[in-house]
Formats: sequence, structure tokens, C-alpha cells
Amino acid sequence: MDVTFNFDWAAALASIPHLLPGIPWTLLISFGGLAVGFVIGIVFGLMRISPLRWMRWLAVVYIEVFRGTPILVQVLFIFYGLPQLLGGPIDALTAGIAAIAVNSGAYISEIVRGGVQSIARGQREAALSLGLSSRQAFRYVIWPQALRRMIPPLGNQAIISIKDTSLFSVIGVGELVRQGQIYIATTFTAMEVYFMVALLYLAITWTLSIVLAQLERRGLAGE
Amino acid sequence: MNATTQSAQPAQNARPIVRMDKLNKHFGSLHVLKDINLEITQGEVVVVIGASGSGKSTLIRCINGLEEFQQGTLDVAGKTLLPHGKGGQALQKIRTEVGMVFQQFNLFPHLSVRDNVTLAPVSVRGLGREQARDSAIRLLTRVGIEDQADKYPAQLSGGQQQRVALARALAMEPRLMLFDEPTSALDPEMIGEVLDAMRELAREGMTMVIVTHEMGFAREVADRVIYIHQGEITEQGPPEQLFDAPQHARTRSFLARVLKH
Repeated sequence: MDVTFNFDWAAALASIPHLLPGIPWTLLISFGGLAVGFVIGIVFGLMRISPLRWMRWLAVVYIEVFRGTPILVQVLFIFYGLPQLLGGPIDALTAGIAAIAVNSGAYISEIVRGGVQSIARGQREAALSLGLSSRQAFRYVIWPQALRRMIPPLGNQAIISIKDTSLFSVIGVGELVRQGQIYIATTFTAMEVYFMVALLYLAITWTLSIVLAQLERRGLAGE
Repeated sequence: MNATTQSAQPAQNARPIVRMDKLNKHFGSLHVLKDINLEITQGEVVVVIGASGSGKSTLIRCINGLEEFQQGTLDVAGKTLLPHGKGGQALQKIRTEVGMVFQQFNLFPHLSVRDNVTLAPVSVRGLGREQARDSAIRLLTRVGIEDQADKYPAQLSGGQQQRVALARALAMEPRLMLFDEPTSALDPEMIGEVLDAMRELAREGMTMVIVTHEMGFAREVADRVIYIHQGEITEQGPPEQLFDAPQHARTRSFLARVLKH
């Protein structure tokens, strides 16, 4: 039996035009979900440090539930489970965005909490001593500084969420992995195609890393 | 009461800007301030001394509500603060009238020096940006750092940062300034420039309450020195009396310790 295997570069390159249509879907689900997740994260992250006990409690429940269950189960629940509840189907794209949103939202809540709590107490005291209200102190003094500190962990979360979208091939949304699977079904060049799929993920996440590094450098100018 | 006695009275009758009456403060089981009675008149420079942990910082932090107290009453600039932080409206009013300089400067690191100074006048007083900028430059000139206006706090020395913090507090045109160990975090060669700026302020008639370990400075600028020991005012009086002829054994032993080196 011939066990030598040759990586077929021609097949790998030939797959690219068939994979590229997956990229817009991957980006749409990732960044659509992350945008909503960021809003969720701000709301629940701030609730998590609210002086009101019931708000803290609500935030803790949300964070624990969505951080503590697999995102694959979450998306299956949304795509197959929720329609039974709602009485109508949910399209795969919406389900994917929703899954990234609620999942990243839980992690981003903790990032927001950590960012806000990392700002020294003296900053708030100085703002209050100048006559700023609690709200103004947060808006002008605490939040801008917290946001800068949140950039590295937020970038981390964005990269994780981008990779998580690969799981959504199971609900048939036409993202990168799904496009690869469809193509392999006709060519049987699994190694070459998944290699190229991996490279395309890397291209997306690496670009993001570079953008974030720039952002961080600019954000830290004042410190 | 006839006209002559009335005209002779105002200086003594001047309403105190701070009046503490039987103020008590606890941190859990720790009794930090015990039945503090204190009046401070407009224009007075009061220096508070005492060992670390004696409650002197807590005392001045009560004046602008950064610390709550549990019993007693506190009137500041005509407004009353109640125990347990009640009377929230009064609190913010008081803070616009009372400036504070902190040991750790607490400048806003994400804002330029100029924006540090204009933030409160613009967002609290509703001052126009142009006007706020002009007055910021005036204040920065007054503390000798107008050429640093576009820099960020981290680019300045400790002494410069503390002078920015002073300008920032003065931008709200306070009637009373609180100083919480303003030179304790500074390198020795920078203490002088901050004390000079404070001296200048005292000379202009600002009402000041200063917590400090700089005894020479206290003797020079204070109208009254207060010695606090374990949350109680042990002794107070003019600096020459408190430093040269302290009445209490505790005051004497404290002064002996701090004046030795």
C-alpha cells in the first residue's frame, strides 16, 4: 500500500475561489454578533457592579449561564429549539449572530467589570471632589480610561468569537468551514481545503491583531 | 445693642465655613473620629497634624463628603451634611465650593493638563470652552506651569503634577481648599515648589485645611494647628503655642518624634 501522501498545492489554490464566498458570512456573523455582544457586555458588566443587589444578581445569572454552557449547544438551542417556542423558524444567519452575541456578551460583561474596577478609586474621588456628579465622573473620567484598558481583552474575545463561528457550519450557514465542506464533497481534497480554510481564518485574525495593536498604541498615548 | 459694638463684631461673628458638631465616624468596629467639634472661619489656614492612622485624613475627607460619618452634624459653606451620607443635594453643592488636593495627585491621565483643569468648570459650572481655557491658562501661569498645558500628566514631574492638581481644584473657584498630605508622595527636591504655591494661596486669603507632616511649613502658614490623636482633637492653638509650648504630654511626645529628624 502506498502511504506517501503529496500535498496538492494546485488543489489547494483551486479551492480558494470556492472558499472566499464564506468570508463575508464569517465576518458578518462575527462582527454582527460582537457588536451586539459589546452592548450586552456594557449593560451586564455595569449591572454586575451596580449598588442594587437584584441587578448584580441578574448579571451574575446571565454571565454564568452563557459562559458556562457550550456555544455549540447555544446555537443549536437558538436554531432548533427557539422556533418551537416562537412558533416560527429562525434563519441560520440570525441564529449565528444571536449565539455570538449572547456568548461574547457574557465574557465581555466580565471584561467591562474588570476594566471599570481597575480604575483607581482616587480617580472617582478627584472627579467627585470637583463637583462632578456620579454619572459625570463615570462618563468623563472612569469610562474613557476603562475602555483603553479593555482593548487587549476585547481583542482576545473578538478572535475567539471569530473562530467560534466555524461551529455554525452545523446549522448550515454558509461561512468558511461550510463552504469548505461543500467543496470537499465534490473534490475529496480534505487536507488541502481545510489547510486553506485555516489559512483564511489566520488571515482574518492576524489582520485584527495588527489593527488592535495600533489602536492600543494610540490609546495609551496619554498614559 | 448700639452701633459701635455692632461694627466691632463682624470679624468674630463671621459665620464659620465649616462647623462640625460631635462628629463620629466608624470604620466597622474601628472608631476613627470621636466627638469632633471644629469650626473654621473664612480666611483661616488650619493645619492638622497627627500620627498616621490618627484620623486626620478621614477628618478632612468628611468635609467634602468623601467619607460618611455616623453621628453628629456637619455644616459646610452654608449646607448641611447628615450622617450616613444623607442629604445628597447638599453634597454636590458643597463639593463645588470645596476644592481638594490629594496625596497621589489623582490627575486624570487620559486628559491633557489643560483638559484636567477645564473639565469641572465646563461640565459642572457650564462655562464656555473658550472661557474655561483662558482661565485654565491663567491658573497654570499662577502655579508656574503654563508651558505644560498640552502635555499629559504622565509627562510631568511629581511636583508639576501636584501643581496641576492645585490649578484644577482652583478652577472651580472654591471658598475652601482641603489638602490631604499634598507633599507626602513627592521627591524631596519637589516639595518646595508645591509648598510655595500653597504659601501663595494662603497669602491671597484662601481658607485652607491642610493635613501635612511638613512642620516648618505648618508653623509658617498656619493660623491654627490641630493635633489629632486616635480620632480625638487632643490640642489646638496658634502654631507658636502648639509647637513651642504644647499643653499635653501626647502632643509633646508626638512633636519630639517628628521634629527630631
